[in-house]
Amino acid sequence: MHPAFSVIFLTTLIGAAQGLFLALFTVQSYAAFKLLPAPDAHAFYGQGSVLAVTLLVLGLGASFFHLGHPERAWRSAAMWRTSWLSREVIVLPAFMGIVFLYGLAHWLDWHPVLMTLPGGLPVDPSAILGVAGTLLAFALFVCTGMIYACLKFLAEWHSPLTVINYVLLGGASGFTLAAAFATAAAPELVSFLAGWAVIITALGLISRAASLYRNARLKPKSTLQTAIGIKHPKIVQKTQGFMGGSFNTREFFHGKPIAVLRGIKWFFLIAVFPLPLLLLLIGMQGNSGGLVAAFVVQYLGLLAERWFFFAQANHPQNLYYQSIA
Amino acid sequence: MTQLALVIDLNVCVGCQACVTSCKEWNTSGSAGPMVDQNPYGADPTGTFFNRVQTFEVGEFPNTETVHFPKSCLHCEDPPCVPVCPTGASYKRKEDGIVLVDYDKCIGCKYCSWACPYGARELDEQQQVMKKCTLCVDRIYDMSMNEEDRKPSCVKACPTSARLYGDIHDSESDVSIAIREAGGYALMPEWGTHPANHYLPRRKTRIKIHEDELERADNPLKVDRKLPKPATNEPTLDDFTTW
Amino acid sequence: MQAVTLSDSSLQEVKTTTCYMCACRCGIRVHMRGGVVRYIDGNPDHPLNKGVICAKGSSGIMKQYSPARLLKPLKRKAGAERGAGEFEEIEWEEVFATLAERLGKIRATDPKKFALFTGRDQMQALTGMFARQFGTPNYAAHGGFCSVNMAAGMIYTIGGSFWEFGGPDLDRAKLFVMIGTAEDHHSNPLKIALSKFKRDGGRFISINPVRTGYSAIADEWVPIRPGTDGALLLAIIHEIIATGLYDREFLVKYSNAGQLVNVAEANDEFGFFVRTEVPTEEACYEPQDKLWWDRNTDRPVVTHQAGADPFLLGEFILPDGTPVKPAFQLLQERVTDYTPDWASQITGISAETIRQLAHEMGVTARDQKIELPIAWTDSWDVEHDTVTGNPVAFHAMRGLAAHSNGFQTIRALAILMSLLGTIDRPGGFRHKAPFPRPIPPCARTPNDPRAVQPNQPLDGMALGWPSDPDDLFVNDDGSPVRIDKAFSWEYPLSVHGLMHNAITNAWRGDPYKIDTLLIFMANMSWNSTMNTVEVRQMLNDKETEGPNAGEFKIPFLVVCDAFHSEMTAFADLILPDTTYLERHDVMSMLDRPISEFDGPVDSVRIPVVPVSGDCKPFQEVLIELGTRLKLPAFVTKAGERKFRDYPDFVVNWETEPGSGIGFLAGWRGKGGEKFLRGEPNPKQWEMYEKNNCVFHYELPKSYQYMRNWNKGYLEWSQRNRITRYAEPILIHLYSEVLQRFRSAAQGKGLTRKPPEPLKKRIDTYFDPLPFYYEPLEGQVTDRHKYPLAAVTQRPMAMYHSWDSQNAWLRQIHTHNYLFVNTRTALQQGIADGDWIWVESQWGKVRCMARHSEAVEPGTVWTWNAIGKAAGAWNLTPDANESQKGFLLNHLISEELPAGGSSRISNSDPITGQAAWYDVRVRIYKVGAGETATTSPQFEVMKPYPGMKTRSSILAFLGVKPK
Repeated sequence: MHPAFSVIFLTTLIGAAQGLFLALFTVQSYAAFKLLPAPDAHAFYGQGSVLAVTLLVLGLGASFFHLGHPERAWRSAAMWRTSWLSREVIVLPAFMGIVFLYGLAHWLDWHPVLMTLPGGLPVDPSAILGVAGTLLAFALFVCTGMIYACLKFLAEWHSPLTVINYVLLGGASGFTLAAAFATAAAPELVSFLAGWAVIITALGLISRAASLYRNARLKPKSTLQTAIGIKHPKIVQKTQGFMGGSFNTREFFHGKPIAVLRGIKWFFLIAVFPLPLLLLLIGMQGNSGGLVAAFVVQYLGLLAERWFFFAQANHPQNLYYQSIA
Repeated sequence: MTQLALVIDLNVCVGCQACVTSCKEWNTSGSAGPMVDQNPYGADPTGTFFNRVQTFEVGEFPNTETVHFPKSCLHCEDPPCVPVCPTGASYKRKEDGIVLVDYDKCIGCKYCSWACPYGARELDEQQQVMKKCTLCVDRIYDMSMNEEDRKPSCVKACPTSARLYGDIHDSESDVSIAIREAGGYALMPEWGTHPANHYLPRRKTRIKIHEDELERADNPLKVDRKLPKPATNEPTLDDFTTW
Repeated sequence: MQAVTLSDSSLQEVKTTTCYMCACRCGIRVHMRGGVVRYIDGNPDHPLNKGVICAKGSSGIMKQYSPARLLKPLKRKAGAERGAGEFEEIEWEEVFATLAERLGKIRATDPKKFALFTGRDQMQALTGMFARQFGTPNYAAHGGFCSVNMAAGMIYTIGGSFWEFGGPDLDRAKLFVMIGTAEDHHSNPLKIALSKFKRDGGRFISINPVRTGYSAIADEWVPIRPGTDGALLLAIIHEIIATGLYDREFLVKYSNAGQLVNVAEANDEFGFFVRTEVPTEEACYEPQDKLWWDRNTDRPVVTHQAGADPFLLGEFILPDGTPVKPAFQLLQERVTDYTPDWASQITGISAETIRQLAHEMGVTARDQKIELPIAWTDSWDVEHDTVTGNPVAFHAMRGLAAHSNGFQTIRALAILMSLLGTIDRPGGFRHKAPFPRPIPPCARTPNDPRAVQPNQPLDGMALGWPSDPDDLFVNDDGSPVRIDKAFSWEYPLSVHGLMHNAITNAWRGDPYKIDTLLIFMANMSWNSTMNTVEVRQMLNDKETEGPNAGEFKIPFLVVCDAFHSEMTAFADLILPDTTYLERHDVMSMLDRPISEFDGPVDSVRIPVVPVSGDCKPFQEVLIELGTRLKLPAFVTKAGERKFRDYPDFVVNWETEPGSGIGFLAGWRGKGGEKFLRGEPNPKQWEMYEKNNCVFHYELPKSYQYMRNWNKGYLEWSQRNRITRYAEPILIHLYSEVLQRFRSAAQGKGLTRKPPEPLKKRIDTYFDPLPFYYEPLEGQVTDRHKYPLAAVTQRPMAMYHSWDSQNAWLRQIHTHNYLFVNTRTALQQGIADGDWIWVESQWGKVRCMARHSEAVEPGTVWTWNAIGKAAGAWNLTPDANESQKGFLLNHLISEELPAGGSSRISNSDPITGQAAWYDVRVRIYKVGAGETATTSPQFEVMKPYPGMKTRSSILAFLGVKPK
């Protein structure tokens, strides 16, 4: 496929935002159970939510560049019964709304106790918003991942690993961002957040490597034989019916040499996993610059990872577009 | 229930591209248009077309088959491009099974084209909505046209009548008969899209010549061959025996 | 969906006319909306295409609205070089005044100095007539460059040929063999028929070095080496005769197979038919005065005597002691050594396949006879109850013709078709009116230079059909009268002229210099020429010495074209032609009509949109010039203008006053009640317009077959002045016409004799029976250095037209590749898509290679005329056509070395057909660091004044822009 930067930015930005929110609410949950010191609500939850919402808005904005008619984007909620894209179009704004309200609740110090759980745990609006936001964050990961994973034609994507990767990579970048953010907003939480970032990044490495391994061993289900219906082992296309390119050659081909693909793959493998891990570990020792660098490096790496994710998918329609003459 | 479709007969398609440009000219100024051309007089001209004719070579010299292969939207009975569309712009008509795009609803997200294994859809770069074969829905129901013209433009144009048009759910239609009798097949059946369009395979006609057909009583050489008469003064039995 | 609303039907109208995107000329309906062409489809009521339309016809809109249109007459700026494209706009009055003055001077002094050559047109009746009225012999269309061998080879044998003159009856055939054909004039009808033929169970075999187009759907592809078809055909003839699979009865009655040939070598009449005294009518074209050796009475009798049956084989002695043999015996002797094994070495086809082909043809022809319940009477007054046929049909085209051995190869094909008994019979080959014609057809050029006189029409036709050396158009010393040397001893039977020689000869002044060259719709500085690079230099070359120093060697060059072609850049004067949607035109019986098997058909074009810019149809230009020059056909005796315009001319012009024969055959007579012959009908155009622009005359069934020998048809044809003679047209298995030239070269007989240097050539090639020889270029080529044959063809989507100015068609063919057999390419280390050089001994071209399994290993090929010069056709200078597309013509030479410093034309020695498929090449990868563009490149052409600017985006809606 031809990787579109609008979608690359969309998914990486919202992925980081989702991970960041999950980090915020994890801290809030841990703090509620007194497993962590409670941070300054304004600085941490409030500004953190602002940061998350900003990323979400930027991501949503980037996505409009992928549309031919962004002014009609409101229509895209219509087919939620069948379309994962439709579902994402519902879940994303819902998530954005919840994050905004969550941040607002903290910013305004609005913590009326709505009820008390057995064991004495108070439940205030931010807790409910946090739970809702957590569910929506996962739902959003699933929707985003399923947009690609549900397409059985794109075998490289058609696997649970796609959704798992979205969760883990979004989570990793979000927790890394949270750790970097915490150096300013809540330094006492840096180790906790960085530690989780390390764990999620490591899990992400396993699952992303697993999908690379799987994809390398894929046998295409479609062949030229099934594409044109002739049972002969040797079929070669001579012309595709036009010579100056078409939508079918622009949208479905990355157009880069194999060497470039390989280079990007190794770049992202290093920039998303071992390098940030190193920088996170360094940062946990007290070097705040290291944590910021970890996020920057990991995010750049994710841009490359997402680019590679799109580029690696080999669409069966490509069988019909192999030669001009 | 009606399912309109095309049947493409690869046994008579000579790759003349008539279907490609007659579709273009009808639709660019019709209700499915306009169909843009970018750089029409420059390098790498590219444009929106609903139908393309490709060429494949099968086998190795001297047993090569050259196959001309027209491809347009197959109007699948189970179209994968319909459920993924977020706005409902991509839809399949119940009354005749034609898969269409509602340009007013399309947001140009291209998701439907990712879901089509055949590459049958093209985003019109100027209008920024998805476009594809409409089975000339604006011709087939236009009662101001003569009946013989109420068919897709490509079907009418095709000089070898390699494109048949009709209802594949009507078992006695031309298309159903052709599929049944000539072994019509679907493309990429492994995906379960059940394309309505079918293709008819190549068939070979051979003549068998028997050896004895070359040796015949009425062979004209027997008429023309003037066997030399021996000279009368050459020896015969008469010269050696009297019985 | 939305876009355009169609509901306002008051804005819509439909007009019928005739397409002109190629030479098929289908009937079309042009649908318009508010005066803008919105859709073009096939007219269902037209007999030729019956409602279908091809890719080109469907793209007519983009031709009409192309920015490559020339919209204003142009004059080369003073001092500008030819080829630089520096023009200024002028008015038509200046054009006519300039031409009338210049041509008037030429006509008054030496009409030969005006040469008119036309390209891919079908207006030859008018252009030829204009040239004749002017008095110049220097006229031809593009046939000599394209496929004249196909016309000549067959017409000199059976009195008809393929294209629009005749074709395969696929309705009844069971076996169809197509040789050397990519696409053809009769394209949509052939597609309709071929599809039906296959679906009805027919077997289709294609013999071609390449498998594309029609060949793709053949049941069997027989790959053959280019230029060797003659060997194949002669071997098949060998096998047919050896196995007795020929139609004896047909040969006896309808060909000269049984006629006795004088075989006394010392005799002056050696090689000619023995003739006897018979009572003949006056003005008889070919008296029936030849002899058969009757099997029944064992003595010589006049042919076709009732009750006689000739020997086809044997040798006999006439009462006067002359040894004779039947022509068929000589044919059998000729093919004795042409065995399938011999042919296999040459063609690359296995001997078994060759035998199999012969057997399939022969057995199908013999065993699947067709009998139609149609009674007819033959020329010898024998009444037949039925028309019978042998269902084996052929089609062949340029693959056979464009070789220097093409004429003899095609004679072999026509003879094979005759042996199988398939001429003008159901299931075989059928003629189309105005064919069959006598062999050779009666039209003759003058044979004397004195036929060219100042201020006089030419005393003869510009093109004709020589019958013997005395028909040649030569001076007393045997040198040619025509600028292209047609109808001279160098190319005696050059029945379509030699357009490809015109510029070179004019530049060289050999045989003489001319003054004005007028070119219509011919791209002679590009793909309609061999040796393109040098021809372009010749056009701009100036005299360096003598009284005309500083002037162009070809002083005045006028080009008429509708589009910004490479040729226009070299013109001194450009005349912008209209498109086919803007003009009147006739597809006339006097030219290349669109007749059906069952009778003559002619058609017209009528304007459906107004003329664009300041364009003028070329026909109107000729009428205006003819009037101003006071050519007799265009003015009254008082010198007054006779015709208002071209439509008026078509209606009112007759071949002779009162002859009743004009350009159009339909709706003649005062009320439109007569056909073929009749007084001019002032409402003739309206009648055509009412009738789908076409007139179709269906012959009575008894006149539709066996027309060479069909008394009813021949007399009908004579009465309607389609032919002058109603004599039977016997098939010339043995060609006395050729023998006459050979005999003259041997010094025998009373006709003119060729000049000494050409005697051996004529003696060799003018063989009355076909023979195989290696193409001339191959004879002077080192086959180890240049092991590959290079051929071209045109794709169906651009056949017989230039379409790179067409926004839709050029997306299909934007640039071209050289197709190379995969194994051949890999042997040279050439990968698919690699840049390579393809080189002949004359030149080299850089291009990209494309692997293919559908080409025989010793051949490379490409689509012709996709490659263009930079900037031509108002394309951007970086368009693919010029940067990645290439022209193979640069590799081909119009001349070959002939020993010492002499040169001969690279063409067929009999017809002068340009031998462009004879070229031999080698291929190799480009060196490191070479640019990825084609070579050679040419100076960028710029748009001319008056042309529209090209848009970078087009979204055609078929409505007038607001």
